[in-house]
Amino acid sequence: MSATSDSRGEVVSRIEVDRSAEWVVTVYWASALLWLTVATLAGLISSIKLHSPGFLGNIEWLTFGRIRPVHWDTAVYGFGGTAASGTLLWLQARLCQTRIPFPTLLIAGGVVFNVGILLGSIGVLMGKSTGVETLEFPLWAMPLLVIPYVFIVIANFKMYFNRRNAHTYVSQWYLMAVTIWFPVLVLSAEACTNLGAVDGVAQAIANWWYGHNVVGLFATPTGIAAAYYLIPKVIGKPVHSYHLSLLGFWSNAIFYNWAGTHHLTGGPLPAWTITIGVVGSMMMFIPVITIGINHHMTMVGSFHHLKTSPTLRFAVMGSMVYTLSSFQGALESLRSHQEITHFTHYTIGHVHFGMYGFFAPLMFAMMYYAMPRLTGNEWISARLIRIHFWCTLGGMLLYTLAMCYAGIRQGLMMNDPTVPFLNIVKFTIPYLWIRTAAGLILLAGTVAFLINFWRIVQPHRLRFVTPTLMTTERDYDMLLKKEKELSQ
Amino acid sequence: MLLKKLGLSLGVFLTIAASVTGLVIIPNWQFQGHQPMRKADGTQYPLPYFGEQAKGRAVYIDQGCIYCHSQQVRMKGYGADIRRNWGTRRSVPRDYMYHRPHQLGTMRTGPDLASIGHRQPSATWHALHLYDPRITSPGSNMPRFNYLFTEMRDGDALPVGAFPGDVIKIPPQFQNSGITQLVPNERGKALIEYLKALNQSFPLPEAQQ
Repeated sequence: MSATSDSRGEVVSRIEVDRSAEWVVTVYWASALLWLTVATLAGLISSIKLHSPGFLGNIEWLTFGRIRPVHWDTAVYGFGGTAASGTLLWLQARLCQTRIPFPTLLIAGGVVFNVGILLGSIGVLMGKSTGVETLEFPLWAMPLLVIPYVFIVIANFKMYFNRRNAHTYVSQWYLMAVTIWFPVLVLSAEACTNLGAVDGVAQAIANWWYGHNVVGLFATPTGIAAAYYLIPKVIGKPVHSYHLSLLGFWSNAIFYNWAGTHHLTGGPLPAWTITIGVVGSMMMFIPVITIGINHHMTMVGSFHHLKTSPTLRFAVMGSMVYTLSSFQGALESLRSHQEITHFTHYTIGHVHFGMYGFFAPLMFAMMYYAMPRLTGNEWISARLIRIHFWCTLGGMLLYTLAMCYAGIRQGLMMNDPTVPFLNIVKFTIPYLWIRTAAGLILLAGTVAFLINFWRIVQPHRLRFVTPTLMTTERDYDMLLKKEKELSQ
Repeated sequence: MLLKKLGLSLGVFLTIAASVTGLVIIPNWQFQGHQPMRKADGTQYPLPYFGEQAKGRAVYIDQGCIYCHSQQVRMKGYGADIRRNWGTRRSVPRDYMYHRPHQLGTMRTGPDLASIGHRQPSATWHALHLYDPRITSPGSNMPRFNYLFTEMRDGDALPVGAFPGDVIKIPPQFQNSGITQLVPNERGKALIEYLKALNQSFPLPEAQQ
């Protein structure tokens, strides 16, 4: 497989690939980290408002019902969209051994995409939301998001069909799939909701078909592609089983996009639509188990690398949480489970488990791996990497556990009509405070990463020649001191 | 040759084409034949929202009520929606035939609102609750929507366009800095009209099954 082979002729082309990708990918990933910060701040404001409704209470622009969708949309499109696009472009270029085509256009596209998200978010804060969950951005902002994505799709196809190897690696299948699924997904969903092709319950089904798939057919395949690339690459072993990777890919492709209707369990839908959602969700055990075996069995015997490699730490955290959160999600679709946890904070816990425990760490792992190769420099501070890792893991676990536990209790009380509703609200308040604390921890980690990222893209006179590992004692002050010594 | 080159792309495309057909196109066919029913008093149910109610629905959407309130009552024996008095019967697709965009919602930080107009028909209650939820619901974590109201001190003149009947007295223990009365502004009034119109009590036959 091209991802793990290491012939001499390739070394030159890797450097060429990275040179063609440096600016494009840096622009996308830098945008991703800025949007992650914005999304986390918006999430924090929303979180505080739920336990202290007076917080920023008189500002209509920041009312819970406006800042909450801005949190999700900047997380999923702002962070997710740009982090995944950067990953897609770099990974596909490396795996196809080709240069990234039309870099200037792709950078311009990245800028337009950012403007689109900014204007869309401002629109929602002004009260111009469409009212359709996950598609809240006003229609006039959509072309700014769609057109840049078309460039990425074309670039991806161009690289794929110009690849040097006839062979394709499993990561490439997932990346190709993303670029085919996502445009179909967005256009069908917009047509059915904001363009008004259907009304009422049919619109709700289309909405949640989209809401589920935007995670499942966009974030998930990109995350899996990253894990399939990074784990073998860092530990220097091939993927456990080729056949399982095939099964995992196609079963994921076939079943995931039928699962969305479980978001409306118990709702006014024909029973068959929900049954399909439950069946689709349960069938997801096949790809989840096969992909899990492939990732975890590849790791067996190499766990000691976790001590040193930042890339591997985040990648393995992501792939482990992928298995756990997918099990959780599949079980969550069952009617008996939904009777309790639907409409509660449990769902919120699950979403953050997946997005911040699986997708985000794999994107971080990609950045930790690729940025030194793209910039020709090493990460400046090992301490900041450690802070980032432990804040991500700790904040995410605290968040998920608090919300899932509170959600189950909340659901049980809601199903007992003798418990007054306001007692349930009061019960959740302490857990909502814990959520705010978890959000602060996650924010601290993001800021640490942001500082490190800012420093690695700066031109420095001195460069570290050995990689920065988790155990390396190395920080920014050392670099500055060395530079000063040199200039004297 | 070309087909061979496109094999992966084609397979991937078919997987999503299948679910678009199954979950987006086919359910819509099933709802095509829906017609409103005639009530005993000659009016029909459901009715499209128009005038004040439509304006109020736009306020409901712009304030993002959906992120904490659902509008769907689950059937008897599944959850406690009906026993909590959130509805007299389960919700069915016909209840939503005129809803664009849909506002079914998936979160119940607050109670379900599918029939809030039936359960809470008082405009005064809605006004006080929206102005400061803690007045009517102690311990609530709902935000205040005080910007949907004109606050009045004793002796203040009525805002332009308001009638004396629009004035709502704030209970004495909740009066702050001399503000004793409220008048909903245009948006506030519309939102209250919309909330009062949320009512799924009409017994559609398919909901009795």
